[in-house]
Amino acid sequence: MGVIHVNRRDFLKNGILVGGGLMLGCYLPDGKHIGEASAESGGTFMPNAFIRIGSDDRVTIIVNKSEMGQGVYTSLPMLVAEELEVDWTKIKVEAAPVDSAYNHTQWGIQGTGGSTSVWSEWERLQKMGATARRMLIQTAADIWKVDPTSCRAEKGFVIHDATQRRISYGKLVERASQMKVPKDVPLKAPKDFKLIGKSMKRLDTPEKTSGKAIFGIDVKVPGMLTAVVVRPPVFGGKVKGFNSQKAKATPGVKEVLQIDSGIAVIADGFWSANKGREVLEIVWDEGPLAKLSTEGMREEYARLAKDPGATARKEGNAQQFLSKAAKQLHAEYEVPFLAHACMEPLNCLVDLHDDRCHIWTGTQMQTTDRNAAARVAGLKPEQVKIHTPFLGGGFGRRANPQSDFVAEAVGVARMVKKAVKVIWTREDDMKGGYYRPMWYDRIAAGLDDQGNLIAWQHTIVGQSILSGTPFDPKKEVDPASVEGAGNIPYEIPNISVALHSPQIGIPVLWWRSVGHSHTAFVVESFIDEAAYAAGKDPYELRRKLLTKHSRHLGVLQLAAEKAGWGNPLPKGHGRGMAVHESFGSFVAQVAEVSVNPSGTLRVHKVVCAIDCGRIVNPDTIKAQMESGIVFGLSAALHGEITFQNGRVKQSNFDDYPILRMNEMPAVEVHIVSSKEKPGGVGEPGVPPIAPAVCNAIFAVTGKRIRRLPIRVEELKKS
Amino acid sequence: MLSLEVNGKKYKVDVRPDTPLLWVLRERLGLIGTKYGCGMALCGACTVHVDGEAIRSCVTPVSSVDGKKITTIEGVSKTKEGKAVQEAWVADDVPQCGYCQSGQIMAAVALLKKNPTPADTDIDESMDGILCRCGTYQRIRRAIHRASKTMVQGGKK
Repeated sequence: MGVIHVNRRDFLKNGILVGGGLMLGCYLPDGKHIGEASAESGGTFMPNAFIRIGSDDRVTIIVNKSEMGQGVYTSLPMLVAEELEVDWTKIKVEAAPVDSAYNHTQWGIQGTGGSTSVWSEWERLQKMGATARRMLIQTAADIWKVDPTSCRAEKGFVIHDATQRRISYGKLVERASQMKVPKDVPLKAPKDFKLIGKSMKRLDTPEKTSGKAIFGIDVKVPGMLTAVVVRPPVFGGKVKGFNSQKAKATPGVKEVLQIDSGIAVIADGFWSANKGREVLEIVWDEGPLAKLSTEGMREEYARLAKDPGATARKEGNAQQFLSKAAKQLHAEYEVPFLAHACMEPLNCLVDLHDDRCHIWTGTQMQTTDRNAAARVAGLKPEQVKIHTPFLGGGFGRRANPQSDFVAEAVGVARMVKKAVKVIWTREDDMKGGYYRPMWYDRIAAGLDDQGNLIAWQHTIVGQSILSGTPFDPKKEVDPASVEGAGNIPYEIPNISVALHSPQIGIPVLWWRSVGHSHTAFVVESFIDEAAYAAGKDPYELRRKLLTKHSRHLGVLQLAAEKAGWGNPLPKGHGRGMAVHESFGSFVAQVAEVSVNPSGTLRVHKVVCAIDCGRIVNPDTIKAQMESGIVFGLSAALHGEITFQNGRVKQSNFDDYPILRMNEMPAVEVHIVSSKEKPGGVGEPGVPPIAPAVCNAIFAVTGKRIRRLPIRVEELKKS
Repeated sequence: MLSLEVNGKKYKVDVRPDTPLLWVLRERLGLIGTKYGCGMALCGACTVHVDGEAIRSCVTPVSSVDGKKITTIEGVSKTKEGKAVQEAWVADDVPQCGYCQSGQIMAAVALLKKNPTPADTDIDESMDGILCRCGTYQRIRRAIHRASKTMVQGGKK
């Protein structure tokens, strides 16, 4: 897959040249072309915003989702190609420009996230393919003067079997472009699928293996400068004064400028900019958070957790039945702030002119970023073009409703009046905020004298992510704070779930699996505690409480069976399980761990079962489960952002470690065959792993981990 | 003026001698397949070969590789090991976001040059310096074994 190709006219119109000599241009689907065929650009058939077929038979599928590793540049084209009947090996994929034609079918803006890409685009893309195929068949039938129903399409050709005639799509494009786009073209029945449901190789693997894949940080425009920005050491801080004399004297440094977010050092390249930054002198007004510390926040959250909070769920009377219970369990669970730590540090290239602005950046939220850029640049939104190269990881960090890294870069470009790329160092990225919030949970359960769970009382404390964003529900309870806790599937007659959303001022954001990243840990650990307290096998207890939830049960049983739940293990090994629903999918995981007397934990194996409804690309689902498990393990074993004197203590991969090859467990993924509505796969692999591992630790050591990351000191034999 | 030999091609570059090789490759020579990830030799995204050894180009001053033979992801396919590794990567569909993969491949090639039939523990030892946030480790392991097999079988023919 060539990254992106462009016809000469568009290239000249846009005048864009990018890194490595590749040209990156954009077809801009002006409204008038949407919904009607067009033969623009010399014999190109563009029946809709997602398909372009050239007279040279080249088939381009335009993908409106950002490729950040989750495989959308393969799964979404599969949906189109299934109906279009083209040669899969010849498909080109192109990133969509920002345009309302490419809006998320549910969100009303263009963006990628929430594990929504496949299910939200499935029907639209299948329709796009079917409609184009119908038009090509009709065109061929007209030429041959035969009944279109006697023709079929295959691998880029229309074929009339009766007369053994065939014609390539490329030869039909000019005439097909004159046609009116038909409506309500029937879609294939699943039994006729040739691609959907089969493991197809990722289209982007070859270029991601040869070093040719272009990420935002790789894009270049002629005459471009590079900037680094020194941001305040404390969130909410401001520049009080600065001395740029030495920085300006650094070879290669062109300018040192104060911008809204700090001081920008602009140079002929990254190294010069960074050298200039080292000798820059800044005095900061640290603002109101200068005394903030993680310890202080923990105390404050612990205190809040004792107050009632806003009601997220109330069934029966948990308080009353808790006090009457034969056995009461009480616990506090804690998880820290977490950084997304994408492998590609944030960056944004802006080429700003009086009447237009081109931006290249790995973003998950094109519309929001375009609008923010237009505001900062003083342009109309339609004058701003966003080009989306590959994203070197996203995990939610590149979907910022505040458009932090885009708005800032446009601000720099506006002052420099030249094309400029802002590159965040790893330290800038790590300390730059928009973290997964820290959470503190207080939870209690009541068991009757038979060991049945009769009461469940859960109070959650943590910052709201949605508040103040376009997704703000403007309710007392942010659903993203309680998802996975407010809707626990277990049959317990008395349930209360409550929420406190303190306003702390630390920038927070969705982090792969959002609220589920903490609620699954608490709920699935505590249900395990309840099982042991009741003297029951954790698997049996879950099954008993999930009788009305067949999809939870299905994955739980599949994972347990494949992992050999209950079978003997080597000495010093233990198994733990967890099951969780998120983003329309159901995932169960069984982890096998060992802990040695010095506290060294090893996760040996993870067996994962997923029911994500109807599926497109099984191998991508497996890859996403493997990926989610690693992401969740990094957090469970290592991840922690902490504050002292308002400052983030971590800075790079030495003090914010992520999982390495030598810690990688064997991961086995099983997919439930299902006809249900499709669910997501990017995030649902994350939530169950931390509780599965911690439950396994309990099974082998009798130690209950209630605070992440898991600390070696807690695992040492006492 | 420094003389560099990258992927068999000779270059003269005029840069500050303390500039890391990474930024010379990326910004001066246009070899953008080598990635910046941490700047402190902690993540391995910048791994290249200098005289056949895998090194972290983000902490390697360009002056220290003056006159040495450098291989980057753009040139690695010319070697037997490089070709086998890249083919195995495709066969196992290793990459997700892909950002770390140049470093992973360069490290895997260096490993297979020294040890054509690595055990899992050998893979752990030589690959644990290359981080992958998408978690493709299991597939990397599988692909290294696959490449090893191809190379050994290819050698027997």
